[in-house]
Amino acid sequence: MEPFTTLTGVAAPLAMINIDTDMIIPKQFLKTIKRSGLGSGLFYELRYHENGSEIADFVLHRPSYKNAKILITGDNFGCGSSREHAPWALLDFGIRCIIAPSFADIFFNNCFKNGILPIVLPQTEIDGLVAAAENGANATFTVDLEAQVITTPDGGQVAFEVDPFRKHCLLNGLDDIGLTMEKASAIDAFESRQQTDQPWLYRQQDQPE
Amino acid sequence: MPQPRTLFDKIWQSHLVDIQDDGTCLLYIDRHLVHEVTSPQAFEGLRTAGRGVRRPEATLAVADHNVPTTDRALEIEDEESRIQIETLADNCEAFGIQFFPMSDIRQGIVHIIGPEQGFTLPGMAVVCGDSHTSTHGAFGALAFGIGTSEVEHVLATQTLMQKPAKNMRVLVEGDLAVGITAKDLVLAIIGKIGTAGGTGHVIEYAGNAIRALGMEGRMTVCNMSIEAGARAGLIAPDETTFNFLAGRPLAPKGDDWDKAVAYWRTLPSDEGARYDREITLDVAAIPPQITWGTSPEDVVPITGRVPDPADAADENKRQAMKRALHYMGLEAGTPMQDIRIDRVFIGSCTNGRIEDLRDAAAIVRGRRVADHVGAMVVPGSGLIKLEAEREGLDQVFREAGFEWREPGCSMCLAMNADRLQPGERCASTSNRNFEGRQGRGGRTHLMSPAMAAAAAVEGRFADVREFL
Ligand code: SF4
Repeated sequence: MEPFTTLTGVAAPLAMINIDTDMIIPKQFLKTIKRSGLGSGLFYELRYHENGSEIADFVLHRPSYKNAKILITGDNFGCGSSREHAPWALLDFGIRCIIAPSFADIFFNNCFKNGILPIVLPQTEIDGLVAAAENGANATFTVDLEAQVITTPDGGQVAFEVDPFRKHCLLNGLDDIGLTMEKASAIDAFESRQQTDQPWLYRQQDQPE
Repeated sequence: MPQPRTLFDKIWQSHLVDIQDDGTCLLYIDRHLVHEVTSPQAFEGLRTAGRGVRRPEATLAVADHNVPTTDRALEIEDEESRIQIETLADNCEAFGIQFFPMSDIRQGIVHIIGPEQGFTLPGMAVVCGDSHTSTHGAFGALAFGIGTSEVEHVLATQTLMQKPAKNMRVLVEGDLAVGITAKDLVLAIIGKIGTAGGTGHVIEYAGNAIRALGMEGRMTVCNMSIEAGARAGLIAPDETTFNFLAGRPLAPKGDDWDKAVAYWRTLPSDEGARYDREITLDVAAIPPQITWGTSPEDVVPITGRVPDPADAADENKRQAMKRALHYMGLEAGTPMQDIRIDRVFIGSCTNGRIEDLRDAAAIVRGRRVADHVGAMVVPGSGLIKLEAEREGLDQVFREAGFEWREPGCSMCLAMNADRLQPGERCASTSNRNFEGRQGRGGRTHLMSPAMAAAAAVEGRFADVREFL
């Protein structure tokens, strides 16, 4: 996983609530076998008309936001299914930080597993950030994870909270699997204990007919 | 005296490998099921990181979501579907995982084949990259759905990082009347507690109505736990469970079997065990249940009417009801039995098992599907299809005008070619009636297989009790 230390880029404002995983990436894009490439399906139904033409005034189609790295949005972002295609699509588009008043549980966790930083801030702070982001291409923000501070285009600073364990993993690019592998001896011990107590769980059965 | 524990507590505690300071647990996973949609990126991740699969024999794979339900000898037309299925086959080959290809009689919906093979056993921790993994809880196994990163985590380490869930008990008492099934029972539960009713909890179903159910019915109930917002559903193992498992290909044999059963008998919740939440429901008097809206909690009895948003408890609910009525093309106050249908789907991991097909066939026998209705039966697995054909059920369905298909998820989620056209109304035995679930603009009503069969014959929703 790519470490997340400091992120500098344009922030796109998307002031809607309850954006669900189906809006982030609709089910016709779930047939892929890759994590990459989903950016073209991101927010598909908000971005394209039914005939496939661009909805020009959707924020990510406006020239100033085409390369946005940060998304500022509304309550309950990422609700719906557990599909990890949602964070993958955001990441593939180039978004590595999402700022909202609240997130759906599974989506929030999936972000960290994929090197995306989700930041929860009160609505009043969000309103200020949205106003600053409305300035388009010149609205460059900096998110400093180590210091837990967002610097706005006019130099203002907004502090944010993050779980210390999650922060440590993001800063160092540690993934859950790597962390668990450090506990290999505990897993070995568990397996040998279980094999004694419940041997049937370990027998290779005959191939089913 | 040790503290009395619930079934969930016992399974959870017996799978703990490690506990972090912040309470995150490392949980050992006994069995892992894999399908084609949520796994390719997990295998890709293993390759990129140069990692292997820790215990390949603990994982079983099958393609079900994308597979065509028509002639299997033909190429899969949709290229993306074909690639996804081929990728699963290649990955299983490369990592030494057992895979049931489409040509295998054991192929079927992932949550149907696990129990069918005896892969799922009481007391286990079972996972799959799919929310309806809760189905396996019917065996007294802790079974829940996971995301793709977690699929990769299980493949690499045979464990998962998890926080413990809370305990909830749903006590279901009373004998179900004739014609009322496990599906009606679980729809009634969801109608009562709502789609967020089980959030953060593992639901243990108990009471004499649950004990009286066969394994098929218990799987139907646990399957829809996820629609009640729960992390998982559980039913304590008993003689019904053991009888179902005995002799299954992957179930323990001989001395192992005796040891296993002795252990399984220690699993049911102890007398006096504490639950964080308890709900009691008497099902002796419930009529057949059916959904009217776009959420599984939008349940009414078949004898009822489409509800009126004016009667909603609050403004949010009123708006949601109005939206649902608009999407479903329904008027408040319409008797449910006056609503005409276009399609019937009998199948899915909720109701695609042999008992379900028998129930539906019993209604259909000697009758005809209404002229304007397109109806299909999609068995949950190749073995179920074979058994149904042995019993002559395929003939009953065919003679009535049903299509008899090959096994898979099919029109439960419309990822293959089976889907509703915009505006079409479907009597479905599946588990989700969300907007677009069975195809863009499609209108789904959830019910039991017998009710779906009755609707097929009448061409509108009908009370199955009048057919008995
Ligand atoms: S039948 Fe439906 S609910 Fe079950 S696994 Fe397939 S798509 Fe999911």
